[in-house]
Amino acid sequence: MSLLKVDHVTMQFGGLTAVSDLFVEMERGELVGLIGPNGAGKTTVFNMISGVYTPTKGRVIFDGADITGKKPDRAAAAGISRTFQNARLFTGLSVVDNVMVGQHLRLKSSPLAAMVGLPSYKREEQAMYDRSMALLERLGLTNLAQRKAGGLPYGPQRRVEIARALATQPKLLLLDEPAAGMNAEEAKDLMAFIRGVRDEFGLTIFLVEHQMRVVMGICERILVLDHGEKICEGCPSDVQNNPQVIQAYLGVTTNA
Amino acid sequence: MTFAVFLQHLANGIALGGMYALLAVGYNMVYGILRLTNFAHGDVFMMSAYIAFYTWLVFGLPWYVAFPVTMVLGALLGVIIERAAYRPLRQAPRISSMLAAIGVSFLLENIAFVVFGGRPKAFQRPPFLDQVFSIGSVSVPALTFVSIAASVLFLLLMSYIIYRTKPGLAMRALSMDSETARLMGININTMISLTFVLGSGLAAAGAIIWSLKYPQILPLMGALPGLKAFIGAVLGGIGSIPGAMLGAFLLGLGEIMLVAFLPTLTGYRDVFAFAILIVVLLFKPRGLLQGKEVPKV
Amino acid sequence: MKIAADRGKVLSLLGLVLFGLFLWWATGHWDPFLLRMLRLCGIYIVLGLGVNVVNGLAGQFSLGHGGFMLVGAYTLALLTLTPEKKEMCFYLVPCIAALRTLTLPFVVALVLAAILAAVVGFLVGAPALRVGGDYLALLTLAFSESIVVLAFNIMPITNGALGLKGIVDYASVWWVWGLAILAIFLTRSLAESNYGRALKAIREDEIAAEAMGVNLFYHKTLAFVYGAALCGIGGALLACINSSIEPSMFGFYFTFQILVMVIIGGLGSVTGTVIGAPLVTIMLEALRFIDNPVQLGPIRIPGIIGMRMVLFSTLLLMAILFFREGLVGSREFSWAGLARAVASLGRGKKQAG
Repeated sequence: MSLLKVDHVTMQFGGLTAVSDLFVEMERGELVGLIGPNGAGKTTVFNMISGVYTPTKGRVIFDGADITGKKPDRAAAAGISRTFQNARLFTGLSVVDNVMVGQHLRLKSSPLAAMVGLPSYKREEQAMYDRSMALLERLGLTNLAQRKAGGLPYGPQRRVEIARALATQPKLLLLDEPAAGMNAEEAKDLMAFIRGVRDEFGLTIFLVEHQMRVVMGICERILVLDHGEKICEGCPSDVQNNPQVIQAYLGVTTNA
Repeated sequence: MTFAVFLQHLANGIALGGMYALLAVGYNMVYGILRLTNFAHGDVFMMSAYIAFYTWLVFGLPWYVAFPVTMVLGALLGVIIERAAYRPLRQAPRISSMLAAIGVSFLLENIAFVVFGGRPKAFQRPPFLDQVFSIGSVSVPALTFVSIAASVLFLLLMSYIIYRTKPGLAMRALSMDSETARLMGININTMISLTFVLGSGLAAAGAIIWSLKYPQILPLMGALPGLKAFIGAVLGGIGSIPGAMLGAFLLGLGEIMLVAFLPTLTGYRDVFAFAILIVVLLFKPRGLLQGKEVPKV
Repeated sequence: MKIAADRGKVLSLLGLVLFGLFLWWATGHWDPFLLRMLRLCGIYIVLGLGVNVVNGLAGQFSLGHGGFMLVGAYTLALLTLTPEKKEMCFYLVPCIAALRTLTLPFVVALVLAAILAAVVGFLVGAPALRVGGDYLALLTLAFSESIVVLAFNIMPITNGALGLKGIVDYASVWWVWGLAILAIFLTRSLAESNYGRALKAIREDEIAAEAMGVNLFYHKTLAFVYGAALCGIGGALLACINSSIEPSMFGFYFTFQILVMVIIGGLGSVTGTVIGAPLVTIMLEALRFIDNPVQLGPIRIPGIIGMRMVLFSTLLLMAILFFREGLVGSREFSWAGLARAVASLGRGKKQAG
């Protein structure tokens, strides 16, 4: 059974059709890319999977369950996590606190236990803290743990966002333009990193990217979206040579 | 209830609605451009009532001088508030502007207490306004006609300004997309000041009419009408000027009708507006005429 | 890290004992006026915390606390007044049968006040929190004012505008400050816990918080209900200290006052409220001299009634415009932090000297 099935979803905003009759299926462990010119509807697809939008038509099946229209926190509980196009960190909180928020959905103790300070709660919090620090170490952010997330430079901010997303212990990770603002060197490191994260945590990754080098470099399968419709799907070399894809991107310089 | 009495209540309701509409338009314009609920608007209304009282009754100016002066001074007060308290916070998080609005409201009320005293002042009513006109068995005092006529006149004037003049066009553009409007060369500061001038001027007009109808002037008199006017704007659809007017009229009408048909509920007439707000926001947040999107969770 | 935490706990306990000794000394040596001020400071801390949890910690702009205070105050009054006193109050319209002869001990009434206020908080919050930030303020204000109007009208329960008089002042210094310290402890624990982090996350960016699995409705309602309970307790204590209550006491004028205390202390900081609430309470009292004439040698400066509130409102506006962070911003007190602050002061002196 596939992990994610986006079953012929359509997203309409009033008169505007952002995504039209999209079908995507992903198996566990895959690393899939979603590309397309600006305004093609890529983030809308992510929003439908993660629960921000309810598809006008069609269903989203995740890990056997129909999660269509379920709110984002339910999607997260089911095992979907994501990063955003412009890293939406909790800027006033410290880096480690950001990651702790990601752990929150696994917290079993009640608010009352937390307020009173029961040992059972304290134990849970300590465990969450340890897990958070371990994640930060894995992402090379240990010495930034107590820093306010808002004060960090761009690169580390993106890594904190990924750490936070990983903290929810997802099965599927949606990465929205993880390489945005990075140069070729940084993008290459990111590629290796994403692949490593997929292998180490046993994740399935679906990523949106504009930088062709990143996409072609790591994705095993690529979907191309244009004006809300899927115009091509396949391995990198297929996609690169597809005339429709080239047509859609005509005039757009890529650093591929 | 006889039909005649019903018509009288109808007239009263429209009159009240007209006054709410004068306030509602001001709220609506400010919210449309600044996304700010101007809590101080009701207190500009209150201050204008006092200004009218002093210019007309204490300094003895004839009404055709005192009332326009009141409107000008009311408009001026609105602009001063905007410059002093809202402009510095335009880049700050929205909650700061709301707190500033509340702070200004608080300050104005306290200033009124100090300067004018907490005891109600008695507004006068020129005797000719008390004349009752009867058509058949329907008797309506002149004041009701005058207030409806005046409200409608000012609202039409405002609509003309907003829909048929360049500055009005600029204000509408600004409320739809301030970034682009600015790029088109529209001077934001001037337009925002103009918005406050027009809104506060209308509020002052409303205050004069209100004081003629309900001649007790108090420092806290603006809070409830202001709140209700804003609720009327929400009912009609925030972001839509005709919506604000419609909603305000409906609210005034509804309030009077509630008391007319269910006199035992007179004590709850204020809750009527609140109940409307609760129902609207929960079930039809964009209001009757589909104003702007209410930020939903 | 654990050693530092333990040291902090010992210091806090020590501080508590010292404070307790101070209270004991004050009750023996202070005149009733000062003791009333002391109690008011404690009550306003509780009220301020109730507001700060919702507005500061969770970042939800609510103006509904007046209504919750009213519920708490009236619950306590109705449950502790003796049947004789009730008969004296309800001379126009008799009290409803269920409450007429019901008299409960202070503790029970207090707990019920908190619970009832929390229930009302839930009834208001559940629908209101579904609406966005701008309208939440308006909606909660409308709910609060509606509660006041209801209190004016439901004569058999609240006695309407006549209010309730003769409430026994159970709110001793010990009760007030005991509850205040409990409120401080619970609120601080909440803020430092992961639930507190979740609330702050909602405040910072609720879309991201939701995407990370934080249920917005549950957490916002949690803050709302807890805040309402605190307001209910504060309202109940106010009823005691004032011994008479009537609905207009809990209108938006009072709501703003509490909000001011929280803002001046620092939205989102428990420490801020603990400092800000007493500070503003004392300041308001101290400014009373402006209302009264002052004799400066041969010159008599006339008092202007109401001027102190004008001054107060101006200060509030200044705070909002220029010191938006309040006194402590969103920082919290910690023994380690205090040690660092003292150390840097010492270093500064050495460098200068």
